[in-house]
Amino acid sequence: MRQSILPVLTVVLIILGIWYLAAAWMNSTWTLQQAERAEQTLSTVEVLQDTMQQDRPKLPAPHQVAVELWETTAEKKITSKRSLVYHGWITLSATLLGFAIGTGLGVLLAVGIVHNRAMDMSVMPWAIASQTIPILAIAPMIIVVLNSVGVTGLLPKAIISAYLSFFPVVVGMVKGLRSPAPMQLDLMRTYSASQSQVFWNLRLPASVPFLFTSLKVGIAASLVGAIVGELPTGAVAGLGARLLAGSYYGQTIQIWSALIAAAVLAASLVGIVSLLERLTLHKMGMRT
Amino acid sequence: MLSQTEIDGFTAPDGPAEAVIDARDVQLVFETNDGPVQALKDINLTIEKGEFVSFIGPSGCGKTTFLRAVAGLEKPTGGTLMVNGMTPDEARRARAYGYVFQAAGLYPWRSIARNVRLPLEIMGYSKADQESRVKKVLQLVDLEGFERKYPWQLSGGMQQRASIARALAFDAEILLMDEPFGALDEIVRDHLNEQLLALWARTEKTIGFVTHSIPEAVYLSTKIVVMSPRPGRISDVILNTLPKERPLDIRDTPEFLEIAHRVREGLRAGHAYD
Repeated sequence: MRQSILPVLTVVLIILGIWYLAAAWMNSTWTLQQAERAEQTLSTVEVLQDTMQQDRPKLPAPHQVAVELWETTAEKKITSKRSLVYHGWITLSATLLGFAIGTGLGVLLAVGIVHNRAMDMSVMPWAIASQTIPILAIAPMIIVVLNSVGVTGLLPKAIISAYLSFFPVVVGMVKGLRSPAPMQLDLMRTYSASQSQVFWNLRLPASVPFLFTSLKVGIAASLVGAIVGELPTGAVAGLGARLLAGSYYGQTIQIWSALIAAAVLAASLVGIVSLLERLTLHKMGMRT
Repeated sequence: MLSQTEIDGFTAPDGPAEAVIDARDVQLVFETNDGPVQALKDINLTIEKGEFVSFIGPSGCGKTTFLRAVAGLEKPTGGTLMVNGMTPDEARRARAYGYVFQAAGLYPWRSIARNVRLPLEIMGYSKADQESRVKKVLQLVDLEGFERKYPWQLSGGMQQRASIARALAFDAEILLMDEPFGALDEIVRDHLNEQLLALWARTEKTIGFVTHSIPEAVYLSTKIVVMSPRPGRISDVILNTLPKERPLDIRDTPEFLEIAHRVREGLRAGHAYD
């Protein structure tokens, strides 16, 4: 752990360095234009200073994003419409509901695929096809269709999120449920075990490591789905809504802070799933 | 090469009541993409209760296939094969045998005791019965004290012993073993052979044992079935005249070497055939 701190810190510093340079370069155009219009000449230092503190920079400097993040999380009440925690929670709740639906659906489909030849032949191509459709194209249609039958609010977003997260779960679970070696299945046959006994005693426990790998991909996909689901609704709340509002009004600082909030959220969710994975496998006695 | 009648002379059943495994003209043809492959041809063999029968031969001679056919895991395409007077499938459903595979195949998510308990859970033994049986068989294979360990914490030899315990946990009269010690080193193998003989003496099970080690076959068995490939068939059946009490150094006695020699001859005859 200690050994990895220095390399990670180095990388972070390099990224910040590049970010500052890019910000100075990209924002200087506007600064110089303004100066020209006001018929002023600015020294290099003055130009640089200005590029770091514009209201609507092309690329906000890291400290501007940090300040915005601090103001919209720590300094606002979490019930406030301007609090990132509030918006994050809206997105998180849709993410978690969608992840639960997607995982449940994915596991059910995988069980069907493994046990039923007809499903094996028919479901997988559709599942793959479903992922080739751009989510941005299908998300508005899901919202509109559900809206017309009276379903609004959290659920449409959760369904878009589930649409993205069920796929890795299906693929991982099918692989996991099929992972027992022929010898393991033969052993069960020598006991005259029923199909459900084979499932509960062999296939399901054998699939757990595969499931967790899929869940890590799936929960990140769920978050993306929830954010995308917030875009076409003209939603007023959620990280997606923050992104959209930011882009309408040219609030680049707001966009970047929402992006970073989404990244932190995704990393935390994946981290939590990893932790659950470690605990579960340890409890099952498997060497990890 | 022995003539068919000589082989039949060895294998003709003396009395129907004693035969645990009875094979008559068993044929088994696998349909593969390259056309049919005759895995077993004209197999005639009787195994009586309490016998320890080894199957030896080069790869592809059908020894494992025959064992799997006895277990009902493969279906013969001709002839009759009876296990305890039933078809292999009926015998499998009646849980007539325990099967030990080449790899221990313990479930990594189950402790040793729970691995041994697996067949008992599946067959619906009562909780109390499960406890006592697990305790008993773990004692039998010398693994008491390892109940709560997980497979990866045990050596290969210990894992294989646990898998034997698993096959012994329920009351099957027949124990089928498919190269159970093939993946283990010589020293561990010697030790396990000795333990297996002791276990056989104590439990009086009928054992079918696939191997490709001549000393192992001669050391363990009462009857050695020598097989040869393409098509898989029996080329010799050798009755082992060694006493039932067999210390490890019996392998240096002239009697032992002579039987080993005969097995080797049988193997060579099988090869000269093709």
